[in-house]
Amino acid sequence: MAEYEFPEGLRYSEEDEWARLEGDRLVVGITDYAQQKLGDIVFVELPEAGTHVEKGDRFGSIESVKAVADLFAPASGEIIEVNPDLEDHPELVNEDCYGDGWMVVIAPDDPAELDDLMDAAAYAKHVESRED
Amino acid sequence: MSRPRRTPLDALHRALGGRMVEFAGFSLPVRYGSILAEHRAVREAAGLFDVSHMGQLHLEGPGARAALEWLLCCPIATLGIGRVRYGMLLNHRGGVVDDLTVYRTGPGQFFLCVNAARRERVRAWVREQLAAESGGTGRSPAGGPVRIEDRSDTTALLALQGPRSPEVLERAFGVSTRDLRRFAFRPVELGGHRARLSRTGYTGEDGFEIYLAAEDAEPVFRALLDAGRPLGLLPAGLGARDTLRLEAALPLYGHELDEDTSPLEAGLERFVKFDGPEFLGAKALREQRARGPARRLCGFVLEDRGIARAGHAIVSEGCEIGRVTSGAPSPTLGKSIGLGYVPPPLARPGAGFRVRVRDRELRARVVEIPFVPPAHLRRAKVRED
Repeated sequence: MAEYEFPEGLRYSEEDEWARLEGDRLVVGITDYAQQKLGDIVFVELPEAGTHVEKGDRFGSIESVKAVADLFAPASGEIIEVNPDLEDHPELVNEDCYGDGWMVVIAPDDPAELDDLMDAAAYAKHVESRED
Repeated sequence: MSRPRRTPLDALHRALGGRMVEFAGFSLPVRYGSILAEHRAVREAAGLFDVSHMGQLHLEGPGARAALEWLLCCPIATLGIGRVRYGMLLNHRGGVVDDLTVYRTGPGQFFLCVNAARRERVRAWVREQLAAESGGTGRSPAGGPVRIEDRSDTTALLALQGPRSPEVLERAFGVSTRDLRRFAFRPVELGGHRARLSRTGYTGEDGFEIYLAAEDAEPVFRALLDAGRPLGLLPAGLGARDTLRLEAALPLYGHELDEDTSPLEAGLERFVKFDGPEFLGAKALREQRARGPARRLCGFVLEDRGIARAGHAIVSEGCEIGRVTSGAPSPTLGKSIGLGYVPPPLARPGAGFRVRVRDRELRARVVEIPFVPPAHLRRAKVRED
């Protein structure tokens, strides 16, 4: 099995997004498993800041040379920031998926929604169950 | 669904970290690391592919030449021993049963290298057509017998592609290829393993395709990897193979070609012997040529951000006018490129249309193909300047 990094302290969705609460800002990106699975990322489509999303909504897409994946909101809220660097440098998602390769910042309507997401250990199991 | 077949290099692919996918009934690596890096290696240095899924159908006997002259739309009488040609098997409507390369190994000895997904169909097609022509006597139209043998399962095929390929072969096996021209092949010994070395490929680069016995594939693949890595060679998977052939605008059966598509529609008329001997499908093609085909393959570049992929609708003035047959981000050009069928007026370079990508319609501009000129034309261009 391939090696993946799932940092502690983040929350993880079944659709392979991570979310990190920083005060009242929820930073969202895709996991190391998702970026490795996709391979070279060449295009990221994100909504405009100001868009309101419901938990589970498709809010964008991410494309590698061979594949397309949808992005789903891990929590409801307003998208208040979109990573401006991904338009010209989508490879940041491969290089630093938990750092410079972040996707959006959401102002969550109800931070308690994050409790439904997985912690690192549960997410690692979720990934393992799909690897066979 | 049955389990995918494995090539003789299956264990090595897995050991090299290949991400295996199913393609044409075979388990093959889509990439080992990065598709972009593998693509770049082939354009700038070299890449090594396992294409053992391809089929090899041998036709031998006094009637073989005449049989192939009838079955293929490319000329066979002028194909010398030790030479290779690109050609197509056509049905009576002029549709493409398969596109292939035909090798002449002797006066009455040939083999066809056919697409993996079409192997059974081609074998049955060739048998049926020859039986029909001979009234069931197993003789070709010219009267001589033809033996047909499918050697796909015992044959491995490697593709060594890229500008440094000759150097890799020289270093790995001391084989000089200076006298081996494009579309020529000859027998060689590679570290004691007998092989056929063909100066052909599917990437738009200089390079070789190496036919050898299945059991010899692994030592030869390993020796090429070891000799090539210091020169920048990478093992490369189906992902890079697809982006490379798309940049070179080489058709992929099942995408650009099928039994309802003619070589005229696909822009492949230069491979059709309109002035040569009669062949299967010629009548339908002549009629189509006189009338003009109803659609033409074109190459396009997206002007909006996004990626066109096979199956996306091509639209003009709100109407669907065609479909994308292949599309990908071009690693060499840094743009999104694609091929698709459209009405002939819209297939001319400079024409515009839109491609429906999920909920958006992206602007596309028709351009000259190939998107990236093949290596032998790039060199000619330098000489002109």
